[in-house]
Amino acid sequence: MSKTAFEVHDMTVAYQRRPVLWDIDLAIPEGKLVGIVGPNGAGKTTLIKAALGLVPLASGKVEIYGKSYEEQRHLIGYVPQRESVDWDFPVTVRDVVLMGTYGRLGWFRRPGKSEREIADRCLQQVGMAGYAKRQIRQLSGGQQQRVFLARALAEEAQLYFLDEPFAGVDAATETAIVELLHALRSTGKTVLVVHHDLQTVSDYFDYVILLNMRLVACGPVETTFTTENLQKTYGGRLTILDEAAEAIRRQKPLP
Amino acid sequence: MSSNTLMLAFAEPDPGIWIVLTGATVNVACALLGSFLILRRMSMMGDALSHAVLPGLVVAFALSGSMGIVPMFIGAVAAGLLTTFLTQTLHQYARVPSDASMGIVFTALFALGVILVKQFAGGLHFDIGCVYQGALEYVPFANRVWGLPRPLLSSLIVMVVNIFVLILLWKELKLSSFDAELATTMGFSATLMHYLLMMLVSVTTVASFEAVGSILVVAMLIVPASTAYLLTDRLGPMVVLSAVLGVLSAVLGYWGGMHWDTSISGMMTVAAGGIFALAVLFAPQYGVISKVLHNLRMSLRVLREDLLAMLYRIEELKSTKSLTPHEAQTAVGGTWLAKIATSQLERRGQVGERDSRLILTEPGRDAARQLVRSHRLWEAYLVKHLGLPLDHVHVPAHRVEHYIDERIQKEIAADLEPAAQDPHGREIPE
Amino acid sequence: MISLSLSEKVMLGTALLGGMAGVVGSFAVLRGRALVGDMLAHAALPGVCIAFLITGHRDLLGLSAGALVSGLIAIGAVTVITRWTRTKEDAAIGIVLSTFFGVGVVLLSIIQKPSTSGNKAGLNSYLFGEPGGMLNSDLIVLAVVAAVVLAGVALFFKEFELTCFDSDFARSQGWPTLWLDLAMLAMLAVVTIVGLPIVGVILMAAMIILPAATSRFWTNRLPVLLLVSGLVGAAAGLLGTQVGRGYPAGAAIVLTASSFFVVSLLFAPQRGVISTLLSEYRLRRRVAEEHLLRALFELGEAELPAVPVIDVQVLRDYRHWWSLDRLLERAREEELIEWSANHVQLTPLGLRRASQITKAHRLWELYLVRHADIAPDHVDRDADDVEHLLPESLVAKLEQELAAEGRLPTVLAEVPDSPHVIGAEASGSVSP
Repeated sequence: MSKTAFEVHDMTVAYQRRPVLWDIDLAIPEGKLVGIVGPNGAGKTTLIKAALGLVPLASGKVEIYGKSYEEQRHLIGYVPQRESVDWDFPVTVRDVVLMGTYGRLGWFRRPGKSEREIADRCLQQVGMAGYAKRQIRQLSGGQQQRVFLARALAEEAQLYFLDEPFAGVDAATETAIVELLHALRSTGKTVLVVHHDLQTVSDYFDYVILLNMRLVACGPVETTFTTENLQKTYGGRLTILDEAAEAIRRQKPLP
Repeated sequence: MSSNTLMLAFAEPDPGIWIVLTGATVNVACALLGSFLILRRMSMMGDALSHAVLPGLVVAFALSGSMGIVPMFIGAVAAGLLTTFLTQTLHQYARVPSDASMGIVFTALFALGVILVKQFAGGLHFDIGCVYQGALEYVPFANRVWGLPRPLLSSLIVMVVNIFVLILLWKELKLSSFDAELATTMGFSATLMHYLLMMLVSVTTVASFEAVGSILVVAMLIVPASTAYLLTDRLGPMVVLSAVLGVLSAVLGYWGGMHWDTSISGMMTVAAGGIFALAVLFAPQYGVISKVLHNLRMSLRVLREDLLAMLYRIEELKSTKSLTPHEAQTAVGGTWLAKIATSQLERRGQVGERDSRLILTEPGRDAARQLVRSHRLWEAYLVKHLGLPLDHVHVPAHRVEHYIDERIQKEIAADLEPAAQDPHGREIPE
Repeated sequence: MISLSLSEKVMLGTALLGGMAGVVGSFAVLRGRALVGDMLAHAALPGVCIAFLITGHRDLLGLSAGALVSGLIAIGAVTVITRWTRTKEDAAIGIVLSTFFGVGVVLLSIIQKPSTSGNKAGLNSYLFGEPGGMLNSDLIVLAVVAAVVLAGVALFFKEFELTCFDSDFARSQGWPTLWLDLAMLAMLAVVTIVGLPIVGVILMAAMIILPAATSRFWTNRLPVLLLVSGLVGAAAGLLGTQVGRGYPAGAAIVLTASSFFVVSLLFAPQRGVISTLLSEYRLRRRVAEEHLLRALFELGEAELPAVPVIDVQVLRDYRHWWSLDRLLERAREEELIEWSANHVQLTPLGLRRASQITKAHRLWELYLVRHADIAPDHVDRDADDVEHLLPESLVAKLEQELAAEGRLPTVLAEVPDSPHVIGAEASGSVSP
């Protein structure tokens, strides 16, 4: 049995005191391509943000290769949703990719020649080498997504979190991203991807996390991505969870 | 109100009355618009417009050769509309961030105004210092029109206009502030309402300038409305309340200004800010103190309930073990809050002491039973619907039990049907 | 110490101020904090007054310290108000700005009473700006602040850049974004405050925003942006005090900066208004030309490979044209068509272009019809991009489908490339 790359214990996450993820408990073995699937508002992005320490946990813990997130930060790569940044920001494609190396560089040190080489290589990998000097606004949606992927590659991580990389990209980019994901898996990386298109889940991924406020199922696609589990995931929310969440929001003290 | 003032005018009242009246009219005129500004997230537009009208005023003065009310209003409206238009255009077509585009437009226009003042209005009324601080102190000595000091008259007119527009277009303003797109699709152009509001703000600003200066205008446009926003949840009361707060600030400001012999309009601003600060602290629902108290009460409740549930479980296990108050308090966290929680329980008669050991009284046992019921229902629910293993359900249930009221209890019970036992095989009490 | 004349001191001082305001302002504008500078400028007044009441004279360092304290309290107040109540950020900024300024006005009018002691001459400059009174010590303070700020930016450039662009990503890498944000705010506060006595309260906000917004028109790179922005600010300071002699200096500086902004707004390449209008015009012209070529191709498609002569009237009725004659005139100049009186015929070069355009158009149409539900957000793409945008396999499939319907235009390969640059431009490819 391979190592466990990513593990969540009894995690509850709340926004504005209102729980949006209840008692999640899961473990992902190393070297898997994992789809995170669930309806809108199911907490898919929240799961990723909680794993990255971007939102506080109401309870529970997250482990990356058996240690806390803070200790293992260097093993993590992150691709946020494309809308999360200002694409008018005065940086070029290569500048954005270089940002992937900043975490490794630490304080004060500037990216040098070797970092620029890494950035160029990563751009090559996503097929964007010809665009290095472009301002990021001048890219199509798919190209912007590829740049974000290249930035994550430049982090040279073991465990990647991708938040809806297929949203609003063209068919060519979608194919390119899938190929890239397969390449990552073949080098032993683990990749978690928030995904919307149910039709492609079994083609793209070998592991799946089904989520709807609570964990419905987590496991290999063949055994987990079943009609029964999908019905549980998409068959409406558990209204009692919603009501309890609302009751907590009304009464619970501020953090 | 206006007939009132006229009557006062006949008796030629105390100069202070004129000052308070002028301050109050200005404040009301501004505060009425403020609610819409803050709800549309355009609070800084007041600041911007109150500066950007300057070149409009100077040009109007230079062209008409007088400081008459009509040319000033026309100049102000023109400059206000220009500001609104340029701010939007820069943002839309030159992709300048919206806050930056507002900052650019109003500062540039203000700078232009300063230069124009120097050019055209050299020694005249246009004292820039006056633009800031106003000259409320001189209102009683201002020219009289129809027996009223001119600044009072002009702010009175603006106040009446604002009230009139608000009554006339209440539903349109409300709708377009809440959901601009919906308003537009229903035929009330949100852009039109935006420009109308900006026009009113410009006119109000100018009418108030002479008397109270820009700083009080900026404050009155947003501070009373923000205070009212912390005190009420409905637009109508919010608008009325902010007008009342405007009057209150005027009275307090006048009193403070006289008492400490300092700028009256400055004091009015401070009064408005002070009232806001009080609201931040003491507002019944949205204030800081009420939140802190709520948090405290909630922590105490959780502690009380934890204590009750603990005692209940000990009884349920028929254990011979019993706890001293100190042991019980340590078990639930051992803070000073735990001590208060214990004494609260005793005072409520839910817990008693026998041989300095804590025991449940009958009402205490009833309350504890409900808690344990919530706890075990939740555990059963987690196992059934979240598929959590048995050893994972106690902690979440312990956290959630305090928030499960009777209604949710019923729903869970209905969902679980005949389960009379929790997943650990213990009885779920009725 | 080198002795400078007053006007030299003023020039140097305003240039220093403009330069650092431009650099620090760039981060503020990019982070969506353009108006925080305005708030800081207003909120400084009570601090200035209190410092004056304590020290009893105008001394840039002492008054600035007071201003800094009240500026930081103001930032804290905004944070508390937005975090603990439901007041939105813009309202909180406005409230703190006006209340603090009100307190300042109250204190100022107490200070200005004859009974209050001390030399009050310089205090009004905090409201309206008065660089004329610049002392050597003021200049030194400005220089030191500028040095510290620039060194800070140089040292933390990478960290500031990342925090401004994508603070979530920065946090995922472990950067303390909160502290980095506060550091940027603190720099903004310091610059605003040393600038107050020079340009005054209102116009300080302009010094923060204008250079950054101006230089944004000229570059897409952050280091260049900071540099240009600093230069624009410094130039505005230098020129403003020179050109605007006899006028209030703050206003003159800001108007100079505004005119830089307006010039950039109009004339900047790419982002400027004129260049935007021009490229829109070019695009429209290109689209019109493509419509023309496609119309000619489709009208004569049945007779291919012979290149038919088309009646202008037929062409005119084929679709709605916007000044067809000018369009034909231009196409003839580019040697895409032969045009005499009532007859139009594609040249070999024109035929090649026309078949290319038609093919791309049809592929794209087909793609939208067959696959649009998968990718509805591609509709805005140029038809030209179709081959670059879709995977090769998909293009091949689409081509087959078109060929099956007999609608696949054959691109005539044997036609020589246009000897003119026009052809290259007209093909309009934007790929690298």
